[in-house]
Amino acid sequence: MIKNILTVVAIIGLGWILYPLLVDFETSTVLNPLAQEYVKGSAADLNLPNAVTAVVVTYRGLDTLGEVTVLFLATAGIGYFLKRRSNKKAKQTAGSEILQTGAKLLTPLFMVFGIYIFSHGHLSPGGGFQGGVVIASGILMIVLAEVNFHFSHLILQFSESLSGIAYVGMGLAGLVLLGLNNFLDPRYFLPGNYLALFSAGAIPVIYSLIGIKVGSELASVLAAIQQDGGEA
Amino acid sequence: MLETIALIVLGVVALAAAVFSTLCRSTLNAVIASGVTSLMASIMFLLAASPDVAMTEATIGAGLTTVIFLYALKHIRSSGGGKDD
Repeated sequence: MIKNILTVVAIIGLGWILYPLLVDFETSTVLNPLAQEYVKGSAADLNLPNAVTAVVVTYRGLDTLGEVTVLFLATAGIGYFLKRRSNKKAKQTAGSEILQTGAKLLTPLFMVFGIYIFSHGHLSPGGGFQGGVVIASGILMIVLAEVNFHFSHLILQFSESLSGIAYVGMGLAGLVLLGLNNFLDPRYFLPGNYLALFSAGAIPVIYSLIGIKVGSELASVLAAIQQDGGEA
Repeated sequence: MLETIALIVLGVVALAAAVFSTLCRSTLNAVIASGVTSLMASIMFLLAASPDVAMTEATIGAGLTTVIFLYALKHIRSSGGGKDD
């Protein structure tokens, strides 16, 4: 009883805090000055059609590096707490016929689609994070369908750490080649033709590295869950 | 106008699914309802002209999180820990 009253009080309090925001809210019809600079700069300086990618990879590149680091820490924590048990053979029931056939058909397409998303991050919506998650979804599908699916930890470790190191290296290359203010500045590659796949400096390379890193990190989370669970 | 109606409908469905997921007794239905909430949110983001956020919400919120919850649920059941179903 007292728990329900406290819940209602908490909900009303939250509503009371958020109510002023709702009253004052109006949809802005013009971009604020900072957003204007971003939109102008992404086309003029970076030769990049997708302003969101310009913000994520370049203008707020350090935040993205931090996000990737947080994801890495989360993965490391999951891997630590779901330690591999001594009995490695997990008891897992096989997926149904439909799931198995569907997984065989769809997993390669998931992979290709994920790679498409992160390699076209500078042209179309999406990017490294989304592409990486799509790849991990494909891997998850085959984990659910196949009983005897084993992850290659060597490949996971190498793709994750190499893409992480390469990402930081691409950032440092900006520092070395363009001057002290230019950490994660992608303009040391040629800008290329507007809207071409190889354009916008190093941004496609950086976003692809992020995609590989996110995909392999989530895949190693799946590997940890698969090896931990199932044995009772 | 049509877009506003669609946004309102999607918002109502998302809220109903969220409330349902907290109230229903079956864990499986709760997981699926929270996935529906994420899916509705992702369509709302798409209607609000932010395809990047919509993509993230659809892949992570509606896709990966739901499936990982279901996967964990399956493991809990097979190890005899879950009784609430």
